[in-house]
Order: sequence, then structure tokens, then C-alpha cells
Amino acid sequence: MDVFEKLKILTDAAKYDVACTSSGVDKKASAGGIGSAAACGICHSFSADGRCISLLKVLLTNVCVYDCKYCVNRRSNDTPRAAFSPRELAELTINFYRRNYIEGLFLSSGVLRSPDYTCEQMIEALRILREDYRFSGYIHAKAIPGADNTLLTRLGMLADRMSVNIELPSQDSLRLLAPDKSKHAIFSPMSHIQKSIQENSRDVVKYRHSPKFAPAGQSTQMIIGATPDTDYQILNLTEGLYKKYRLKRVFFSAYTPVAADSLLPAPDTKPQLWREHRLYQADWLLRYYDFAAGELLDEQHQNFNPYLDPKCTWALNNLQFFPVDVNRAAYRDLLRVPGIGVTSAKRIIAARRTCALRIEGLKHLGVVLKRARFFITCSGKTADGIKITENNALRSLLSAKTLEQYRFDFSRQQLSLFDQPPINFYPGRMYEHAGAGGPNLLL
Amino acid sequence: MQAQADLTYYYDGSFDGLMCCVFESYDKQEIPIDILMDSAAPQLFSGKSIPTDPQKSSRVLASIPKKLGSAALNFVKHAFLTCLPQKELYILLFLRRGYQHGPQIMNMLTDEVVNKLFKAVNHLNRESHLLKGFLRFSVCNGVLVGEVAPKNYVLPLLTQHFCERYPEERFLIVDKTHGMGLLYQPYQARVVPIADLELPEIDEDEQSYRELWQLFYDTIAIRERYNPECRMSHMPKRYWKYMTEFGRPPGGAKPKLASFGGKLLNPAAGEAPN
Repeated sequence: MDVFEKLKILTDAAKYDVACTSSGVDKKASAGGIGSAAACGICHSFSADGRCISLLKVLLTNVCVYDCKYCVNRRSNDTPRAAFSPRELAELTINFYRRNYIEGLFLSSGVLRSPDYTCEQMIEALRILREDYRFSGYIHAKAIPGADNTLLTRLGMLADRMSVNIELPSQDSLRLLAPDKSKHAIFSPMSHIQKSIQENSRDVVKYRHSPKFAPAGQSTQMIIGATPDTDYQILNLTEGLYKKYRLKRVFFSAYTPVAADSLLPAPDTKPQLWREHRLYQADWLLRYYDFAAGELLDEQHQNFNPYLDPKCTWALNNLQFFPVDVNRAAYRDLLRVPGIGVTSAKRIIAARRTCALRIEGLKHLGVVLKRARFFITCSGKTADGIKITENNALRSLLSAKTLEQYRFDFSRQQLSLFDQPPINFYPGRMYEHAGAGGPNLLL
Repeated sequence: MQAQADLTYYYDGSFDGLMCCVFESYDKQEIPIDILMDSAAPQLFSGKSIPTDPQKSSRVLASIPKKLGSAALNFVKHAFLTCLPQKELYILLFLRRGYQHGPQIMNMLTDEVVNKLFKAVNHLNRESHLLKGFLRFSVCNGVLVGEVAPKNYVLPLLTQHFCERYPEERFLIVDKTHGMGLLYQPYQARVVPIADLELPEIDEDEQSYRELWQLFYDTIAIRERYNPECRMSHMPKRYWKYMTEFGRPPGGAKPKLASFGGKLLNPAAGEAPN
């Protein structure tokens, strides 16, 4: 089998993995070597589905001894199989890297023979890159659940980032779709990696040149929409992972049917992209906006609003928090205003040191006034003397197209939300109507 | 002080030359309505030609970090690389405001002049960041050669990144818009004017890596998530021209793919496929 065929098979099998960023570590090439890494990460291309390509994302092999129902590489699937030899993969990586196609390698694998054997093959590929080619570019390695901890440690010493896929957000879902995987098999390598990162960071303080274990940290991903887990469950799990395992990122992947099975959503199910998008927005609010999962969703409101992003939903349900005065408010409070993001909040703080800000000036700073003007005052004054009411605020948050859709959906249910205050703007009821696959309102 | 409607400065296009314009503006207590390059002649409007004097420019250059802070000096140097129309005039106005307000100037983001320059510098930084990823090299006789056509003059901002990435390689990055090239060989880099460059024929090795990359690019996309608007907003089309994944061989031929052997491996047997 030539390298073209292998690349096609092993890329095709890896394309559903989402954790393909190259951020979190700053490095220069070592003497006589090749490769650097930038903390901000560098995207080298964008695929036709609009997702960033920064790493050569492939499997070492798509042969697998497991039979996870949702997985395209499951043992029982009738699909062409291939495997790279470690050297072949290292050469391909270096040649792509030289031409500036990629920032490094993302290496995952099916389980060939045994978890230990697979892990050893991955270690060999990374060893060739790091030692023979003296490659300092980015490497993300997927931990193989079930592999021995000493092997995972070796892998982590060669990689920049490591990840273990959670796959499904609840134990019930896991039992249903991935019967060969247990909660223990996922969290045991995750906690081993976390411990190794912690111990290693102490060593690095003590001995400046001690090699680093996964310096760009650990990440994970889960599949959205294959099982009945709610956004509330997913978001709580996400928050827990950041706190307990100090993960750098949690990625979400809208389920795309690759297999027919009575336990899985129908093969013509459209991926719930809007839901994935809302979860990423909420994830951002956890990591950079100082929100807690419990502020965004709760027991009574288990799913995100399809019309409004999580921050806007929070704002509408917490109108007592507003208006926020841009000339006085703390950074954390500015971040809670719809239309003000991290960049504009920082600019507001900097700019208001030089002069009092007025509404007109805010546009220069990147504030989206269409959304923000119902939630802010400038030294006590509102924009154009507008009245801040719930309906006004709601209108400002919805695009014309969404507003139209919103009215349509509610008129069908003979409800006009504009006749009532849009408090508790969680359309919990609508989800029940939508059936097992979740609502299909916008997509 | 108002700009004088009938006053245009002409300078030689160099950063030092622009600093001499700043000197002149203070020396004569006047603000020009525009600052143009000498080569913008024929000079339809009467104007003043400002000769470049290293002594004057170094006096201005020394005063900027002292009066406005080192961040402002860096900022002005970057502003000079942008494609902002009338960037020279805006830089002069920025410096005049800066001498008035001190280092505070860097926070005066709602000021019209400051804001204009900040946006232009952000555009420059964004473009140079994108090109760190979007630039493609071809290996020609062991030398990495790449072409770009950026709006801003980004070469100075790319130098450090690529030198750190490929310390042992020899490479050439050609900026087609500005007719300049970045030449590197271990351990020295130079920016030189390059009028026209004819790339030599590529060899079989290079061709097959291009095709492998195109194959990877096509395979990695998920059909069910096809989203061309999203791709375009992250990767504007003007960059595609020089990117390998979009450069198909003449006739639109796709990379060749041998058919699968038909033989499926039996994973249970634990045989490593080759």
C-alpha cells in the first residue's frame, strides 16, 4: 500500500477528532534542529467545513480491537484498514512541516493488538521526530486508554499536549454506546497525566533543564447529540473537568452518523451544529468571562436557547444587574454586558484612564452597540436617552432573521412572547415538542 | 494648530525621511495637509521637499521613547508598515498629539487619529499572523521558496518567526505586492528588492508532497458540515492564490489515487498492516 492510500484512510478515520489546535506553548528550534511553536497557536488552513487545520491529524492505525458503536473504526465495521510505520509518519510530518503546511502532528490511533503495543508504536514515531530530526514543533498525542502508566509518561515527555477522549458525557450513555470503555478507563489516564504535569512542573522549577511533560497541558472532547444528555449535564461536566483535572480545553463534537445502529440516532440525522456552537460559547464564558456553569443553566433549564447565545440569555434573566456604567464598572462586570467582549472590555479600561467615555466613542473600541446600548450607561447617561425595557433589550439581541423565526415559531404555538415579559427566556417546553433528536428549529 | 491647506511635504519614502518631516513640522511650526513620496511626482501641487538628514531623524527617534514611551516608538514603526492611505500624515499627527499628552497617548483609543492608526496596525498584525500559517514553501534545489501578496508590508514581521522555525534551512520569501524578498541562510537574514522571480521546474518529490497535502486537505473536511462562508471568513480568498491546497495541476486533474487493494486486514489476527 503506498503512502497516498495510507494517508487517505488514516486521515479519513481521524477527521472527527476536534482537538486540533496548536496553542499553549512557546518554543524555538534547538541547535541543529527544526521547528518552533507559538503560544497563540497558528492555523495553517481552513477546511471546506470551516474548521481550522494546524496539525497533520492522522491515526497511526485505524485497526482497532474495540467495538464502540459510534466509532467509524470499530472492529465490526467493514472499512479499509491501514497503518503508518513510525518512520514513515515522521518523514511525512517533517516534509509537510518544511513546506509550512502544518504546525506539527496530531497523533491518535486505533488499538492495534493491545493498548501497550499501540502506545509503543506512537512513542517510536515521536522519538524519531524529536531525536532523529530534532523537531521542536507541536505534537499532540492521544493517550491510549488501558496503556501502562510508564508508557503514557514516556509519551507525555515527547508530546506538547495530551488528551483522553471522554466521548460521552454520562456513564449511562457510555454503557450504551461504548461498552468496551469504562469511566475508569477514561479518568485513570486523565488523572495520571494531570499528576505527571504537576510533578513535572515542580521539577522544572528545581532543575531548569529537566524535560517537560506535556507543557501545553491536557484536553478532552465529547460527542454531542448521540445520546439524550442535556446541555446542563455537559456544561457541568466541563466545569468539573477544568476544576478537577486542570484541563486546558474541552472540545465538543456534534454527532455525525457514521454507523447505523438501533441505539444511535437515525443515519440521516443532521449534526446539531447550533448546539455545539452554544456549548463552545458557554465554554468561553467559563474560561474567560468568569461565569459559573450554574449561572447559565440549572435544573429547570437544562438546554441552551437556540435563538440567543448563553451570555445574552443570562443578561435577559438578570436585568437587575444592569445597566452597567462603562466609566466605573469593574472588568468582570463589563464582561457581562452583551456586545462587550474581552478585547473591548480591556480597551474600555485603558481608554477611560485618559478621558470619560461617551456612547459614540465606544464604537471605536469595538463595542457592539446594537447589543450593548440597552445594558450600559456612560456616566449615568443611556444611549440617545433610550428606555431600557425587556422587550427593547430582546429585540436588540436578535438579528432580523432570528426575530422572524422566533415570531414564527411562537405564533405556531399561538403564543406571542412580545405580549409578555420575556423573563425566563428558556424555551424548555419547545424541546419537549421537538422529540428525541432535540429541537430542529434553526437548522 | 490647523493644517495648512496649501502645504504638502515630499519625502524619500524612508522611515528616517518621515522623521525629518516631523522635525520640519516642529521647526517651522506648521502642519502639512499631506505627506507624499518624492516619486509621486509630477508634483501637481506646490509642496516642500524634505531632505532626509540622519541627524534630524535620530533626534526625533530619540525623543519618542523619552516623551511617549517605548511602546509608542514600536507602534509608530509598525504603523509605517501598514497599507493605511495617508499613513505618513497620521503618524505625524499621532506624534504631535503624543508630545502633547505623553505616554497616555497609547490609551487614547477614542481619539480619531490614534484610533485610525490602531486599526491599521491591528490589520497589519492580523495579516502577518495569518501569513505565518498561510504561506507555502516549495522545495527547489534544497531551498525553500514561497510567495505572498499581502496588503501590508509584513516581511519585517515574518522574519523572526521563520528564522526560528527553520534555523538550518535556506529560504526565500517573496512579497509580490512590494517587490521585496526575505533571504535567509543559516544564521543570517536579509531583505532585498526582488523585481521578478521565475521559479525553476519542481521535481517529482516536491510534486508528490503537494499532492499528498491536497489529498489530506480534501480528506479532512466533513461533508455533513460543509460551510464555505465560515471557511472564507477565516481564510479570505485573496490568500488562496498562493496556497498549495488550492493550486491544482493544469486541467483540474485530481491527485492520483491507486485503488484500494481490496484486501481487508483482520484486526483480530493482530497483524500490523504495511
